[in-house]
Amino acid sequence: MSSGIGFVLLTTFLASSVEAIEMVTIVVGVGATRGWRATLIGTVAGFLVLAVVVAVFGLALSAIPIGPLRLIVGALLLVFGLQWFRKGIARVAARGLAGMRAGEAEERAEWTGPGLDWTAFALAFKGVLLEGLEVAFIVVTFGAGANQLGAAVIGGVGAVVLVGGIGAAAHPLVSRIPRSLLQLVVGTLLTTFGTFWAVEGLGVVWPAGDAIILVLLVLYSATALAYIGIERSRAFGFSPRRLA
Amino acid sequence: MKLIWSWLVGFGRFWYRFIVGDDWTVAAAVAVALLITALLNAQSVPAWWVVPVTVVVIIGVSLRRASRA
Repeated sequence: MSSGIGFVLLTTFLASSVEAIEMVTIVVGVGATRGWRATLIGTVAGFLVLAVVVAVFGLALSAIPIGPLRLIVGALLLVFGLQWFRKGIARVAARGLAGMRAGEAEERAEWTGPGLDWTAFALAFKGVLLEGLEVAFIVVTFGAGANQLGAAVIGGVGAVVLVGGIGAAAHPLVSRIPRSLLQLVVGTLLTTFGTFWAVEGLGVVWPAGDAIILVLLVLYSATALAYIGIERSRAFGFSPRRLA
Repeated sequence: MKLIWSWLVGFGRFWYRFIVGDDWTVAAAVAVALLITALLNAQSVPAWWVVPVTVVVIIGVSLRRASRA
């Protein structure tokens, strides 16, 4: 269970970056088209709800004994990590290192009425909450599993601040970040740690102890590369039978 | 009451999407793999390999099914 603080920071930072890209795209898109006041209020409200979720979920997890906690956290990270792992492979195979497609963020008419623009508030609030909820659970479960909740929160918040800063300074740059590749890297890391903790939580002793984490990481990375190759062959029709 | 119900439905949908996602067979395979690991371990049979092998196989199966669809 003694996982390096570096791994915790890296994984939660990258996981948060994936969702922060969409979050920032939505917030900047809504703010630019409907005005910033209601958008920023909605964004802050979304983050406040997320902070409450992290605090409540973190407290609930800290009350569970370490053995069952490893199994619960590991199994959750494994099934969720596998979704990103699979989507990352499919998207990198299909689109390479492309960022988010132009026009993914919804366009809205500019608000010119009196009072608070509740549409902008709701769009920003829902954007932050929906995109942030999964990451909040990843940060809390990963932090609890590694016994490094503080580092996990720092990694998560750091990513949101960094991507938010890039979005505020130069919005087009955010859409160029290779989100599919980030999703694949995070999926690989979550699947690796999810496998390690879930199996360890069942009382199984890993050969080579904690060093098996690196072996799993190499195995899953090689698996991803192999499946990307197979998917690209399928998509572009380069099968050995056709070449023969 | 309607609002509370819609929040509960939304909360349930979030957890379903979080855990099961768009291919329920992946989550099911993980659950079965963990069960087999626990059973083998209870018989003192080395079982650390079950989940990694399941992961490698089920991802391939899921990707193939998705590309066919």
